[in-house]
Amino acid sequence: MADHHHHQHLPSDPALRVKALETVLTEKGLIDPAAIDAAIDAYEHKVGPHRGARVVARAWSDQDFKRRLLEDATRACDEMGSVGAQGSHIVAVENGPKIHNLVVCTLCSCYPWPLLGLPPAWYKSFAYRSRAVIEPRSVLAEFGLELDDDVEIQVWDSTAEIRYLVIPQRPEGTDGLEPDALAALVTRDSMIGTGRALQPEAKP
Amino acid sequence: MNGIHDMGGMHGFGPIELEANEPVFHETWEGRVYGISRAMTRPDGFNGDLGRYTREIMPPDLYLRSSYYERWLWGFEWALLHFGSMTLDELKAGEGSKAASPRNDALTADQVSATISHKMPSDRAIDTKAGYAVGDRVRAKNLNPSHHTRLPRYARGKTGTVRLHHGAHVLPDSHAQGQGENPEHLYTVAFTAKELWGEDASPRDLVMLDLWESYLEPV
Repeated sequence: MADHHHHQHLPSDPALRVKALETVLTEKGLIDPAAIDAAIDAYEHKVGPHRGARVVARAWSDQDFKRRLLEDATRACDEMGSVGAQGSHIVAVENGPKIHNLVVCTLCSCYPWPLLGLPPAWYKSFAYRSRAVIEPRSVLAEFGLELDDDVEIQVWDSTAEIRYLVIPQRPEGTDGLEPDALAALVTRDSMIGTGRALQPEAKP
Repeated sequence: MNGIHDMGGMHGFGPIELEANEPVFHETWEGRVYGISRAMTRPDGFNGDLGRYTREIMPPDLYLRSSYYERWLWGFEWALLHFGSMTLDELKAGEGSKAASPRNDALTADQVSATISHKMPSDRAIDTKAGYAVGDRVRAKNLNPSHHTRLPRYARGKTGTVRLHHGAHVLPDSHAQGQGENPEHLYTVAFTAKELWGEDASPRDLVMLDLWESYLEPV
């Protein structure tokens, strides 16, 4: 039985503690270190915001898909192979000229992994978790987003297994762009609601 | 539980620190912690809701001075000790008891990608009818359980409007305690910023929370 102070008996250096934990798990046959390597590789190289960007770009270019995405995002993302762990139930919310959606998890760090990968440090920070629900406008200002007073902000605090994807506004001057070119404008932050999609000329 | 993790609406944590071109893992050991979370054979009774709870029971001063993956590490250590997967002496020594015969069913590297795209739906079919419909006014109860819950303090006692109904989902409060899934209807409830934060809040802004049936009462 564990008390809540086991750490007092273990090294303070987390690298040493992880090594000990991994070693004991391995010796007991409870983990295969090669599987740890594979999980790291997957989230460093394969699963990331490019997946969500493909969904958004398709919604911008295909009205029928957008309707399906807003009606049942889990099914629509499934069509594109972008559901899975920490993204079994997805709801898409659309930004417009007078409405701005922002996603947070005040209690932990819930985030749509299959669409955006693992969350950035700021999303998991005490500052973002504490402030996004009480002062979203000053939070957005720190990201460089100054919203007019007549824009309604809807903050989604992810308290269940529903994961939220923001569909940012499609930038002006993108008529005729192919979905791949549109997807390159869709940033991670624009799908959390702390940014806008890039302007075509601002594309790095 | 009324823990330090329940941060919505707190003051004093300062500005949000942004990092350009941030790596997925800042330190090698962080990736190992994450990989362990995905690859280890979990003890019976361990589930995602319990995983969240293990981080909530960290002593609050330790929670605040620990980094994100240090909190995950602490939670895994706690759970593996709690369920008897290993002993504190083994963790201290960094080696398992030689007497025990190892299992041979751990997830392999070539099985990892399947787990990443594997859905783990939390919705369940139940016979109980939904107590609320979209558009209904509801109040979040003033509940203060000492165990895991997903009703943040800032919404307790507040009145909102049902925006979405998600069907029935596993109840984290029960699941994290090893008392079964006990699924209940789950709703997204919209609260005005003024209802949550008072007269100085923006008159337009809303905060949405996903709340289970037993968290709510009719208005």
